This record gives sequence, structure tokens and C-alpha cells, in this order.
Amino acid sequence: MSGGRPRSVELELATPGVDARGRPVRVPLSAATLPEEPDLGGEHLLVNIGPQHPATHGVLRLVVELDGETVIRVIPHIGYLHSGFEKLGEYRHYNQIIPLTDRTDYLSPMANNVCLAMAVEQLMGITITPRCTVLRVIACEMSRIISHLVWLGTTSIDLGAFTPFLWAFQERERIYNLQEQWTGARLTTSLTRVGGMLADIPAGFVEGLREFTRTFPKTLAEIDRVLTRNAVWAGRTQGIGVMTSDEAINYSLSGPMLRASGVAWDLRRDQPYLDYETYDFEVPVGEHGDVFDRYLVRLEECHQSNRILAQALDRLPDGPVNVEDPHVILPPKSRAMSDMEAMIYHFKQVMEGVNAPIGEAYCAIENPKGELGYYFVSDGTAKPVRWRIRPPSFINLAAISKMAEGHLLSDLIAINASVDIVMGEIDR
Amino acid sequence: MNPSAEALRATFGDAIGRVAVARGETTVVVRATRFLDVMRWLKDTPGQIYNYLVDVTAVEYRDRERPLEVVYHLRSLARHANLRIKVEFDPRGDLAIDSVTPLWAGANWLEREVYDMFGVVFAGHPDLRRILMWETYAEGHPLRKDFPLRGRFSRSEQVRQALNANPEAHYSLEELSIAETYGEVPADVRDRLRRGERGLVGGSE
Repeated sequence: MSGGRPRSVELELATPGVDARGRPVRVPLSAATLPEEPDLGGEHLLVNIGPQHPATHGVLRLVVELDGETVIRVIPHIGYLHSGFEKLGEYRHYNQIIPLTDRTDYLSPMANNVCLAMAVEQLMGITITPRCTVLRVIACEMSRIISHLVWLGTTSIDLGAFTPFLWAFQERERIYNLQEQWTGARLTTSLTRVGGMLADIPAGFVEGLREFTRTFPKTLAEIDRVLTRNAVWAGRTQGIGVMTSDEAINYSLSGPMLRASGVAWDLRRDQPYLDYETYDFEVPVGEHGDVFDRYLVRLEECHQSNRILAQALDRLPDGPVNVEDPHVILPPKSRAMSDMEAMIYHFKQVMEGVNAPIGEAYCAIENPKGELGYYFVSDGTAKPVRWRIRPPSFINLAAISKMAEGHLLSDLIAINASVDIVMGEIDR
Repeated sequence: MNPSAEALRATFGDAIGRVAVARGETTVVVRATRFLDVMRWLKDTPGQIYNYLVDVTAVEYRDRERPLEVVYHLRSLARHANLRIKVEFDPRGDLAIDSVTPLWAGANWLEREVYDMFGVVFAGHPDLRRILMWETYAEGHPLRKDFPLRGRFSRSEQVRQALNANPEAHYSLEELSIAETYGEVPADVRDRLRRGERGLVGGSE
């Protein structure tokens, strides 16, 4: 390679101060140019990262072409966790697909369950009850918080900060305890059913979640204090992996990746579902599209999810959770064992499943990672002809080569972390 | 109905097949010959500006007489409008369609996945390789309806292939050429690499 190529290295790194609006003053974004170096022959190096490497956040493998420490090219290899979920779904009744969705984005299983139930309800034309709607909002926002906390914790470890990881995981544990009370599981939640939920929330759940929403912002403020104005954190993240808003749209990025690039698009606000338009919340939008802005956006989203949770608890209506339709909802076991009609419905649903009308439906929700879409095609039987998952982190990861070009190898780790990938969903 | 469907028919005439509206979603079937023009028109025409490619996938029906569909979900972020575009193929014939990667960079991996899972060939794609399955995967395209759930090969054959995987085979030729280590690998391994035989040692059936 010829000498004198500008490199994106921040030469002078001082502790960022605070500007008049209270925002941290940024390290200059324009890449500093290194002094002319002699051309040392230009032999490129091939470095393999993963699939068994802690900083790849799963079984991701990156083959990197390096010139010195500068990344020339990144060739991602995925598929190590491919389980054929979409194929499996074609052989299952609609309700039997729900356990598969637990295992795609396993950091936010409840939100996946909600999306699946919503997609099938859209296909079948079912309207859920008001209580169920609010419970699903609670499930989605709990998932967003735990997913963002995992992201925050693991990313801070990748970049050398261990303490926020402990704080984040401590808070996450509190949500997991609530989730466990509700669903009986920490990961394989299978929370929803077509037309309703697995179960209503247990006694003490509302109080537990209210206590969480009261104290959680304190931890967020601590994390904010430790990271946002931290010189090392700023230096490792600002100006790294920049995607402009046009590029972000062109690469079909979604979720915090898209919003950090300055595109104010949030499905909860722009294509509302589950009555999200009636909640009071902000959509945080970044301006530089770098790793630092993705961090700011996710941190603020935790605050907003917390607000939504508090509002949902306030408005949680009484009433039934499941729709009153014996063709769709299983009768309680006690009735199925004593009432002839209930037993017949139970038998038919378990053995034959529920037929969906002929047609197709695409249902998308704002998952923690981005736009999760389920696309169902039905030929009128109880099993879908096609179940397509629109995987947000798969599509976000596809931009990693573009983001990492020209950065240092250590920045590749920061960029990869900022995408917030989960391999279960990418490989499916 | 999404007004874009009418505009498409007015602009492209015969190239637009049936238009269906169901559950608030508009689906437009487009002929493969004018497909790329239609997509470019939808992306760039003022008043349309479907600037966001949501998803690319394919659908094959259990009924062998029905066409295999390649499905595109488009969205206009500014207008909050969604549109579904379909191109139909005879599942027994050649599956070839123009790539939209020149229009949306995000289509790159999505099209690779459709190629991997259904065998649809995207003309003009910069890097059409398998993505979820490994590059030398020999059993075909898993999401096709004629592909059995447990795979084409027997379980013992699948295990045998996995155990015989060649450790040198983990880099592609392209990657080895980066490092100039290609010249350093033993001659017989180089031969096998050149033949594209990378998953197996000791010859396969």
C-alpha cells in the first residue's frame, strides 16, 4: 500500500468537557492524518477472529484483511448456529411456533413471542382484549430493557470497562426474576398464545415491577456518569463506525442503529401497534451515526422504556386476558376434563390446530435490536406455508464491512459490539 | 389500496400483473422482465420514494402448480407507506431475477439468503455465495418444498462429512490470496481448493 494514507486515528485525546447544553464536547470527528510513513512493503495480513472469540458476541467469524493495524476488508462468516427455524415452522401449528421464537433473539424472547402472536392474529383477524394489549406492552418493554442492558454490559467489557457490566447485569437480574415469576422461565418464556397470553401476571408482579421502575433510573444515571464523559469511552467510540443517515437507510438498518444515524423512525411511533400511540415517550435520535451515538440512543431508550412500563402499570385494566373464542383459545384444563364441549375443542386444537384463512400477513414490531418482522403465508391449513423472520441484527450486521473499513483492528471490536448482534437470530 | 399500485399500472402497463389488497396490505405482481425498472421507478420517482427495503424473501407453495414467488417488502419512510412486490416463477424452471443490490445495499445479504435457501439466482449481485449454509454444501436449497425436513443425506453421512471436515479448508481461495499464504499450502491441498472441494478429506462420492 502506498504511504501517507490518512488513518482514522484520534491523535489528541483529552477528557471531553461539557458544552453549554450540558452535552459532552466531542473529540473532533475529522480523522487526524498521521505523518508520512515509509512504505514498508505493503504486505497484507489475514487475521481470523472467531467463531470462538468473546468479543464477537456469539459464533460470528470475521476474516479481516489488515495493513498494519488498519482494517482493509472484513469478510463475515455466519451460519454456525443455523437451526432451520423457518423450515421447522412449516411443520408446526401456529401456537407450536412460539417456542421457536424464544430461541431466535434469545436476549428478548418475550418481545419475539408478542410479535409472533400479533402476526398470526393479523392473519386470522383476531382482536385481543385490552388487558392483553397492556400486558404485551409490558412484556415488550421489559425485553427492551434486558436486551439493552446485556448490550451495555458486554460492550463496556469489550472496551475495557468492567463495572458497568456488573451494574447492568444486576438490574437485568431483577427483570429476569419478574419474568420468571410470570412465565416460569428465564429464556424459554413462550409467553404469548394466539389470541391471548400463556398466563396472567402473578400476584405481587405489579408491585415488583413498580419497584423496579422506581429504582432503575438511578442505576442508569450511574452508568451514564461512569461512561458518557469518560475519556477512554469517548475516545474508543466517537467517530468510529460512522453511518450517515442516507447510508443507514440504504443498508436497511433498523432500530437504534438507524436512529443513531439521525433517522427518526420508530415503529412504535410511526406505525403504532398495541396502542403505543397512547403512551407518552420520546424517540431518541443521534446525529453522528457513530458508536457513541448508538450508546446514547440505547441508554435513553432504557429511560423511555422505563417510562412506558410505569404508564402501562398505571393503566392496566381488569378483565379477561384471552379472547372469548373456543376455536382459538384452549379451554382451562379443569373444564376440558369435565365438560364435553370443552373437551372437544381441546382435542381439536391440540390434534388439528387452528386453521388460518388463505392469504399472507407481514407484522413488524420495534424489537430491541431493530425491526423484527414475521411474514406468514397460509394456504388455509393449520400450518403455515412459509414463515419468514425478518431478522434485524442480520441486516444490521451486513453493514459491518462498510463501517469497519479504514478503522483500526481494535475499533472493529467496538463497531461489532455497537451493532448489538445476537447470533441465534442471525443464523436462525 | 396503496395508490402506488395504480400508478405502477399506468406507467408500466402489461408488466404489472395482478394487484391484491388484503388485511390493509397491497401486493403487486411484477413480470421479471421489467422488474428492475419497476423497482428503480418506485425508489426514485417523486411521490413514491420507497427508499427503505424492508425485506427480501421467497415463498414456495405446497401446491406444485402454484408459482414460486420472490417477495420484496418496500417502505417509504417519509410517507409511512408499505408496498409488497412479487415476482412469480415456475418452480421447475430457471429461477433468475435481477439483483436490487445496486439500488439498496441492504439487499446484499438478503438476496444471498434467498439464493442459499431457494436457489434463486440474482443477476448482477456482487457476491452471490451461500450465506447460512457453508459454501460447499451439497444437499441443495433447504427451504424448497422438495427438500426433506431432515436433509437429503442420511444422518450417518452428515456426521461423516462433519467429522472429515478439512481444517485447511476454512479459508476461501479469496481469503488465502489476501495473505499470500496460498503459495505456502501443500500442493495437494491447493489442488483440492482449486477444485472447490473444501469440506471433505480423502475424496467423496
